[in-house]
Amino acid sequence: MSRSTNEAHLPGLRQPAAANDGLDAPFWEGTRVHELRVQRCKECGLHQWGPEWMCHTCNSFELDWVAVEPTGKIYSWQRPHHPVHNALSDRGPYIIVLVELPHADDIRMVGNLLGDPSQDIEIGAPVSVVFEDREGDPDFTLVQWEVT
Amino acid sequence: MNDDYNLRGKVAVVGVGETTYYKHGQSPDPEFVLVLKAILAACEDAGISPKEIDGFCSYSNDRNDPPRLANALGIPELRYSNMQWTSGGGGAAAAVQNASGAIMAGSANVVVAYRGLAQGQFGRFGRSGGSRPVSGAAAYTLPYGMMSAAQMYAMRTTRFMHEHGVGRGAMRAIAMACYHHAQNNPRAVMHGKTLDAETYDSSRWITEPYRLFDCCLENDGAAAMIITRTDRAKDLAKPAALVLGAQQSGGHRSGATAENATDYVTSSFKPAVKHLYEQAGITATDIDVVQSYENFTGGVVMSLIEHGLCTYENADEVLTFDNLRADGGKLPLNTSGGNLAECYMHGLGLQIEAVRQVRGESCNQIPDVKVALANAGPMVAVASTALYGTEETA
Repeated sequence: MSRSTNEAHLPGLRQPAAANDGLDAPFWEGTRVHELRVQRCKECGLHQWGPEWMCHTCNSFELDWVAVEPTGKIYSWQRPHHPVHNALSDRGPYIIVLVELPHADDIRMVGNLLGDPSQDIEIGAPVSVVFEDREGDPDFTLVQWEVT
Repeated sequence: MNDDYNLRGKVAVVGVGETTYYKHGQSPDPEFVLVLKAILAACEDAGISPKEIDGFCSYSNDRNDPPRLANALGIPELRYSNMQWTSGGGGAAAAVQNASGAIMAGSANVVVAYRGLAQGQFGRFGRSGGSRPVSGAAAYTLPYGMMSAAQMYAMRTTRFMHEHGVGRGAMRAIAMACYHHAQNNPRAVMHGKTLDAETYDSSRWITEPYRLFDCCLENDGAAAMIITRTDRAKDLAKPAALVLGAQQSGGHRSGATAENATDYVTSSFKPAVKHLYEQAGITATDIDVVQSYENFTGGVVMSLIEHGLCTYENADEVLTFDNLRADGGKLPLNTSGGNLAECYMHGLGLQIEAVRQVRGESCNQIPDVKVALANAGPMVAVASTALYGTEETA
């Protein structure tokens, strides 16, 4: 359902950190143990993403973090060619996908689509998570995707 | 709409002005000086003393704050200051809306809506560096190489093209129309630089589905608009462009992070347009000329559809170069060259061009303009849109 790698897809970019109010710390902690944790409301049961302190459906503050199946389908994509960061200057094209999680109320997540950067990309194609373990300060893990 | 609570025709733009528009990093002046020069130019155009300004409206976290501007200009009473919270240039028409609201409320008499950008002094939008960790919304995109404006809005266009089958042709036609109009505009950064279909088609990808010419420029300069009561406007230098309506909107969760807006394939104008046309008492067919904010051409296609100027089904047939050009087109678009070819002044130039069309002063004048549209923002969390007309229209 998912796998992990130590290979950095886009090395040299700024690393993620949990928000200083603690809002999304459970998400980033989850990636370290290769779980895809998202918010779910204890009151109405709906998943939501990105994280917020309140359930946008029923306005409850009682939000839980639950591990969801690390799969989805491609909702949209882009293929950057122009380097937008110094670390990408000699990188060449790469693929960013927006992945929809139908089993978690259709929340969407952004990541890279691994594999051949020139591959044809099909909206609706099934994808699964590749947890990308990276050394940093502190170490961190990104959520990447590959076609299943 | 209750007339007591409708600004339609009661507020007018009486002066517009801008500095020289420069390529990014080329301004010899600091950004603050650019803003002062634009305000003076707009006051001169209006035939009004800068000392009469008592309100300031801007957007996009403009760095040139009203207390400093009022201090520099020697304004005796600073009665009103306003910052529109929204992404990018989505607040350009909202600045006019907020200025109009202040005048209607009796909070100020003469309000300037303004925007300044000096990217040489403060850095560019399209490229970044840095190594510090990122948190919050940026943490879900930036480590994956998604950080520029083009990247923020590319996937909406991919999905739009997928869902509605709208093709490359409309995007190409929009870019070509902007460059075509810039050729008659001596202010335009791209004056003297034409764009044909082959050049567009062979231009490099910035991020698929956007080619180079789908993307707005990055520029230095400043622009300003003077707004006051319509009854005051009668005594001033130029014919007034009356504000027929001005609205802003974001739909359900339009500000959701990590691309989770409920309605993803939208320019964010759907609620605003409904209220705009009701406020102004017009329909899309009454609009004579359109200034539609181009951050990226794909967003313009969505904007024109959501303003009722074409449909999802006929966008490819309506949005052709021949239809979009001022000289003979049925739907003249971005007649100054817009953000693609006049200047990227975060869309305030598009508002100014709508005013010039109403006055009959455009470099690509449409005959007998009664209603001009200028919107701002597409695809951002909060977009804004305004209608201007002659006294006869109001």
